[in-house]
Amino acid sequence: MTEKYDLVIVGAGPAGMHAAIQARSHGLRVLVADDQPAPGGQIWRAVERTAAKATGDILGEDYQAGAAVVRGFRACGADYRPSTQVWQIEKGWHVYMTHGQQATVVQADNILLATGAQERPAPFPGWTLPGVMTVGAAQILLKTSGQVPDQPVWIAGSGPLVLVYIKQLLQAGGRVAGWLDTAPTQNWRRGLPHLLSALGGWRDLRKGYRWMQALRKAKVPIYRGVADIRAEGDGRLSQIVFQAAGGVQQRVPAQLLLVHEGVVPSIHVTRALECELDWVPAQRCFSPRTDKWGHTSQPGIFIAGDGAGIAGARAACLRGQLAGIGIARHMGKIGDGQADKLAAPVRNRLARELALRPLLDAMYPPRADTASPSDDTIVCRCEELTAGEIRAYAKLGRPGPNQIKSFTRAGMGPCQGRQCGYTIANILAEAQQRPVAEVGFYRIRPPLKPLTLGELASLDDGA
Amino acid sequence: MFRQLDDPGAAALTIYIDGQAVTARAGETVAGVMMRQASPVTRTTPVHGSPRGPYCMMGVCFECLATVDGMASTQTCMLPVHDGMKVERQHGKRSVA
Amino acid sequence: MESYDVIVIGAGMVGAAIAYGLAGRNCKVLVLDGADNDYRAAKANFGLVWVQGKGFGAPDYQRISRRAARMWPAFGEQLADESGIALDYENRGGLSFCVGGTEWDERQARLASWNAQVPEEAACTRMLDRGQLQSLLPGVRLGVDVTGASLGETDGHVNPLKLLAALHKALLVRGAKLINDAPATAIDPLSGGGFAVHAGNLRYEGAQVVIAAGLGSGRLGRMVGLDAPLRPQRGQILVTERLAPLLPLPASGIRQTGEGTVMIGVTQEEVGYDLHTTTSAAVQMSRRATRVLPDLAKARLVRQWSCLRIMTPDGCPVYAQSSSHPGAWIALCHSGVTLASFHAGPIADAVSHSALGAEFNFFHHRRFDVSTIG
Repeated sequence: MTEKYDLVIVGAGPAGMHAAIQARSHGLRVLVADDQPAPGGQIWRAVERTAAKATGDILGEDYQAGAAVVRGFRACGADYRPSTQVWQIEKGWHVYMTHGQQATVVQADNILLATGAQERPAPFPGWTLPGVMTVGAAQILLKTSGQVPDQPVWIAGSGPLVLVYIKQLLQAGGRVAGWLDTAPTQNWRRGLPHLLSALGGWRDLRKGYRWMQALRKAKVPIYRGVADIRAEGDGRLSQIVFQAAGGVQQRVPAQLLLVHEGVVPSIHVTRALECELDWVPAQRCFSPRTDKWGHTSQPGIFIAGDGAGIAGARAACLRGQLAGIGIARHMGKIGDGQADKLAAPVRNRLARELALRPLLDAMYPPRADTASPSDDTIVCRCEELTAGEIRAYAKLGRPGPNQIKSFTRAGMGPCQGRQCGYTIANILAEAQQRPVAEVGFYRIRPPLKPLTLGELASLDDGA
Repeated sequence: MFRQLDDPGAAALTIYIDGQAVTARAGETVAGVMMRQASPVTRTTPVHGSPRGPYCMMGVCFECLATVDGMASTQTCMLPVHDGMKVERQHGKRSVA
Repeated sequence: MESYDVIVIGAGMVGAAIAYGLAGRNCKVLVLDGADNDYRAAKANFGLVWVQGKGFGAPDYQRISRRAARMWPAFGEQLADESGIALDYENRGGLSFCVGGTEWDERQARLASWNAQVPEEAACTRMLDRGQLQSLLPGVRLGVDVTGASLGETDGHVNPLKLLAALHKALLVRGAKLINDAPATAIDPLSGGGFAVHAGNLRYEGAQVVIAAGLGSGRLGRMVGLDAPLRPQRGQILVTERLAPLLPLPASGIRQTGEGTVMIGVTQEEVGYDLHTTTSAAVQMSRRATRVLPDLAKARLVRQWSCLRIMTPDGCPVYAQSSSHPGAWIALCHSGVTLASFHAGPIADAVSHSALGAEFNFFHHRRFDVSTIG
């Protein structure tokens, strides 16, 4: 007999955990599958073992707050399955997952996708060299291994995560060789029109201001309006070439370069399930279309957290709660009136969390050439395809991303388009002079993540 | 490339990278340990044999693949270390034979 | 209004090959291709250039398959030269693995009958027992239940996506015009002869028109007296990560590509226009593949996808010129890779001469006795 659940939640981060707690409070039978060995998602990664330590203090209160949520989650009575990779979801809903090389399937009436976000793919020449990593990766290393770069590190990019990490790194005793700020110079002007609406998030504004002060105090060398970054080296990174606004080209030795151009919702599973997505011009990414409960266009598929739209951990918690309430309502466990009543205070808090977004989006657009990488830039990391190779096919008629995939193999490697989908769409949009929203994104095929043929063959479908 | 902020103490354990014994701490991932080595390279690509190392640390880039306890193409950033684990850098197209 | 000698509707494996052939015969060709998200069987080929067992009970189909395989090497070389795209074509034989004793005996009997159906041709297949199969594949670990295989000596394989890309590039090099995102919506005969093809608001004129629009051919065909019956048949395929060389010869359910990925397939499902993949098919295919080559159990599956084959009632191609609307043609098949050389050669010849030889009479869809028109 296949196990049955009212709700399967994919992802035990802030949104997933809060949704589980909420859904359990209404008596739903809930399974939570997460590919990490412990709850927390990315923002609260390893929080159970790290929060109370010195590293926890470095990571700050927002991080440490996760520990309480994890405790509540572990106690809520959900069937929690760590180190479990969901690799397919089929109508019915049948959720296929693997743990310890054994594949199983469960049936669920509802699915909540709480798979979060990923860093925006931001290619530049040399970005595939060992020694180039994302800022998020470095922060994960701080959380999971308690480690920091052993040399003064170069950082290129813009956005709140850059500021947070630099602040955490300095507090940990690390050093920054230089920050190549790729935000447009005087980006505060772009933010100005949104300042009034952002005042609802004044605590975060103040926090950001304090981080900037900490950077100045530590005399972190900052290069503004940086463009044209190149990473160079023979088999690994050894130097960076860049140009700051109004300056000459500079060449500096570097072993480690951390990059960041914002985060985008993970749309892999939502695309696979054929949920409707909308292009969000202010964030230059696709976001799933949902109702006020996080219900997508696919009946029974809900989404919460950064996967529903980038808004940070606190918003993810609130959206998770709303999804939990919404699913209970969808299942008839509570009436509309009761659901709205429970949701009202959550919605108020969520509105405050979202207040800062337009300001941040305006101030920190992605570096312009992420949409238009040079011909020699590798854009499909897995298949080692350059922008020039993609462009050569872009003009053979007017192919879309799926035709480009079949002509070039872009998107056919193990990452399944996670690192190249947006770049290919951007290149096609530019070459074909049409909006990215019209170009679209790859069709996503199973498995949601690669698994071995042996694991697949091992499927115990309970029959 | 990276250094730990403190000693693992009681949480220390040993893993082997290409046959060489290396200290790791309970709870961290294999990729985390790789980032403390002199070279961050985990594999060379099956397309052109280009060296690659961990990039995202969260399972969405597939650069950190290596052979762990005989299982090739394993995402080392998703795998917590255990004592005695054997990690081998993966070169080009992996063999299944 | 520009007028073309031939308008080819469909730039899939069939349309692109015919257009390429026509463009090389001094025809002014326009190819209209559908939208990025249209059903595109051409993107889902297994890649076999296959003869063994083709057209069982339909000897003319076996004949053109044999002919196509003979023409393939020269066709492939010329296409690679003209397009600058390497096709990864190999022509060293192909296998059909047998698991268990019954499968082996049944395969032997079937191929013996099959060979006998075209008596003028020499046998091109032979049966291998397990020992002989193992000698042919040194270093390959065969599953314990593998009893042997049939070897098709004239079989081979090619990279089907590169083949399609090469056809697209080469037909342009030869001077044909290709318009993407222009699914044909109607065909009207012109009073002075020839046809007008409408693609939404766009309109093109040509002396002849070839309908090679896969599953879209039925509707278009009926507009010009070519009512060929066809139905979709779903095929699902699995593909792994790139692996070190494992299988030196292609097999009918397992094939290692030039890049090193291993393709496993293929199902034959009657599910209408449903492109969803199913985990049950994936499990079934993995179990069969790992039974044949146990080492594949460690390989990682990166992609599963499906396509809709263009299936005629007997599974054999349809090639026909309309009698009510001369100059209108239809070309349908589900073996567009094997027959690519044939489409670029004899079929293109037939269209450019406005006549299909009597040796191809079998392929007219009147064999299905479906309707009185066409």
